[in-house]
Amino acid sequence: MSSDASTLETEVLIIGGGVTGAGVMRDLALRGIHSLLIDKRDLCAGASGGNHGLLHSGARYVSTDPDAAIECRKENALLKRLAPQCIETAGGLFVAVEGDDPQFADRFPALCRHAGIECEELAPAEARRLEPVLSEKLFKAYRVPDATIDPFHLAMLNVDHARLLNGSFYRPHTELLRFEIAAGEIRAAICHDHLHQRQLTIRARQFVNAGGAWAMNIARLAGCTDVHLLYSKGTILVSNDRLAQRVINRLRPPGDGDILVPGGTVSLLGTTSTRVEDLEQLAPTAEEIDRNIREGAAMIPALAGARYIRAFSRVRPLLQTSGTTDRAATRGFALLDHASQGMDNFCTITGGKLTTFRLMAEKAVDLVARRLGNDRAGLTATLPLPDDAASSWADPAAAQKRWHHDRDPDDMILCECEMVPQSAIEQVFANSPDIEKERTIELIALRTRAGKGPCQGSFCGIRIGSYLYDSGYYRDATGLAHMRDFLDERFKGQRSVIWGPQAAQMELAEALHCGLLGLDTLEDE
Amino acid sequence: MRGSGTLRHFSTQLAVIGSGIAGFAASIFALNRKIAVAQVGNTGALAYTTGYLDLIGRRDGASVADPWQALASLRELEPKHPLCRVNAADIGQAFTEFTDFLGACGLAYSAPGTGNITALTPAGTLKQTLCVPATMAAGPRALAANAPCVIVDFKGLKGFSGAELAANLRARWPQLTTQRIGFPGMARGEIYPEVMARALEVAATREQLAAALNAIAGSAKLIGVPAILGMHRPDQVRAELERLTGREIFEIPTMPPSVPGIRLRELMQQVLPQQGVSLIPQQRVTALSFEGDGATLALCDAFGPIRVHAQAVILATGRFLSGGLEAHAAGIREHLLDLPVTQPAGRSDWYRARYTDWRGHPINRAGIEVDDSFRPLTGTGRCHHERLFAAGVILAHQDWIRGRSGAGIAIATAFKAVTEAERFLAGRQAAFPGTPPAQCH
Repeated sequence: MSSDASTLETEVLIIGGGVTGAGVMRDLALRGIHSLLIDKRDLCAGASGGNHGLLHSGARYVSTDPDAAIECRKENALLKRLAPQCIETAGGLFVAVEGDDPQFADRFPALCRHAGIECEELAPAEARRLEPVLSEKLFKAYRVPDATIDPFHLAMLNVDHARLLNGSFYRPHTELLRFEIAAGEIRAAICHDHLHQRQLTIRARQFVNAGGAWAMNIARLAGCTDVHLLYSKGTILVSNDRLAQRVINRLRPPGDGDILVPGGTVSLLGTTSTRVEDLEQLAPTAEEIDRNIREGAAMIPALAGARYIRAFSRVRPLLQTSGTTDRAATRGFALLDHASQGMDNFCTITGGKLTTFRLMAEKAVDLVARRLGNDRAGLTATLPLPDDAASSWADPAAAQKRWHHDRDPDDMILCECEMVPQSAIEQVFANSPDIEKERTIELIALRTRAGKGPCQGSFCGIRIGSYLYDSGYYRDATGLAHMRDFLDERFKGQRSVIWGPQAAQMELAEALHCGLLGLDTLEDE
Repeated sequence: MRGSGTLRHFSTQLAVIGSGIAGFAASIFALNRKIAVAQVGNTGALAYTTGYLDLIGRRDGASVADPWQALASLRELEPKHPLCRVNAADIGQAFTEFTDFLGACGLAYSAPGTGNITALTPAGTLKQTLCVPATMAAGPRALAANAPCVIVDFKGLKGFSGAELAANLRARWPQLTTQRIGFPGMARGEIYPEVMARALEVAATREQLAAALNAIAGSAKLIGVPAILGMHRPDQVRAELERLTGREIFEIPTMPPSVPGIRLRELMQQVLPQQGVSLIPQQRVTALSFEGDGATLALCDAFGPIRVHAQAVILATGRFLSGGLEAHAAGIREHLLDLPVTQPAGRSDWYRARYTDWRGHPINRAGIEVDDSFRPLTGTGRCHHERLFAAGVILAHQDWIRGRSGAGIAIATAFKAVTEAERFLAGRQAAFPGTPPAQCH
């Protein structure tokens, strides 16, 4: 690595800090290849962090995309074995309710069998005994091995493991501006470092585009026009409570509001699917929210009156194939070597889904390693993902467990909804030397559960800020600006679901943040 | 069992529904006018007040030094704002009556002045307010004078950081420093303002705290602390700590729920019944109906159902936090009478994109409409009932958060609503055959 702060060198530059990019980083390190991972925002800022957190059994795709179903089935089994710390083996149900097509329901077990997916029929009464929230109008139910997976925890563990293996490192808030290309080779990536507001040149031998929905734009920066993506906007709601123990899928061809997935103490309901052109500035609309709830309530009536704490929209990158609807478009992934574009040190890995991130990373690294003359085989299908203390603060259950087991009474709990103490912040930074100097509250929140509970950061955002003043990190009004930015950012996810008790919560939050602390007036202070 | 006892009836001249600042102010104004008053409603939200009584602290995204001048400009530009329905003299008298009453009960406040006070916040930002508790008054004075001062915070007390205050005030207040100490008898673990405040009602705790303060204050003649100086006799607690330390001491508000809010709540709950108010503080009114000769409030307490019969009613039920307004996915509704609520066209318009947008969110200006006598209006613009008045932040066309005007709207509109209710009641009492009832446009 160069000592010049504005130029960095590595063997492989990975663009895009979603789960795929993080997986590529670890896979490379396991083959002894040094890499640098960058993201224009931070880990899992795109579709990786904006999905249900569903580790598909594959059953979802048996009717529309049997190949993707089989891929999911294999990866599901593999990840359950190799990354259990990120997974809750919740199990899943597929349920049909009055009005759903009985023939589709009847064909389902055969389709699962064909894809090799375990599928057991349950009597309706048994299904409702397992999940009492299910509608009385349920007429068919099957059990499948769906599970849930925490993409943030997963991405952090992949990044941390790579760092420990060979010093590969990750830089958030580093945005690719352009490539320096000469003689069919990318020589360097010219980036903007948003944290330090400066330009950064990154030299590498190989460049991996793991940009997810942004992959087509990134490829074009390298002059490659062979990536064709469709952008499908999906909107998901987060409820205040965990409404069911298992993943619950509507037994019908994929549609709106047909999956409810538990995520620690909450449940996630979604999604909608709308074709969009723009990748930025996506926000859930009232219509999408209402549609998700209406459709979901047919399966789980309690969704109609549930308290929601967040809703978010992200873009799924779908590989373009002609003449199909977005729902039927392939959920498979594509690895493009760009050889036809005259490039031999650039590849793009996109499409796919959270469940198949490891396989996608492996395929990409097979290509990159070959191009580097490295013939070591991938190890991610056999080597368990090591645990580490700091990133487990992202695990919804870990903080509570620790609080009960080894709590130091002087270690103040800063986020009371999710039981995140002061020491978690210190641990997060001790473990992320690259971001030690940039402790924004947003960075902390992403790496712990802080701000993810019912109060959505109203109180802990302020407490973490105060703690960072106490520890001498903030010495001027920067801390207040960071508190404000954190709250503005959390609000984006709350804005579309503020009704019922959330309106009262918001009134209290505004009275505190603006009425008392004056965070709406920092400019004129 | 709740609600299973015998039905009990109370009769009163004026019923106040709501136990925030508006409700309590209404009861105080009614007491001062010798009107028999019953007050009902959950007092939870009062604990969220900071202790500062704002009138107008900001207008159009700018800080307001003179709230009376801001009021004049408000009359021109936002004539529907509830404060525009009360004249300045009445607003001044309302603040004076309110703070005098609190002072007489042992919670001294600064009197409303001709300008705003630049007061401190726990973030080290500044806020314009009209009246401050006596326990907090020295802070703004010390800031204005750049007096040598030490802010003391406490090990184990979250969300109050002397370092944060000092870091943000340093440019204006170079003589400000900070020190952290342990609170007497609470050396380990987390500590809470309410517990600290109650502990300081004990002489021995005050002596130990004074010793700890003396040990770190150095040459500073002023000490700022979080708002923890006692729950029921804060002025005495402060005076004694000042005597023991030989230094001037002041409080700075903390994050809610805060001691100054709990003080107000406990004071009201103790004093108002002593002065003759029938206070039923922890219950919600479930129905309100009007008959020919009065209004009836229905509610339940632990002993069973209650009916309160009143000649006039003031609705001071607050907004979403206190339950006066309800935000449903399909629209905003008034909880008790389903009065029409002026509101943005749809849910998508409730909030702006940016949370801390200085212009405030359109939902904050939603509320019920009243006429100049503070009688709520129906959809056709007529008053709902001649016996019904409304006060406080449930009223439309104001954003008390961005305007830093919550207490001002509560106190001023309660004053006017009580004045109008008094006029109505007097008309009724003096009524003789042929006299029309009080006007209801």
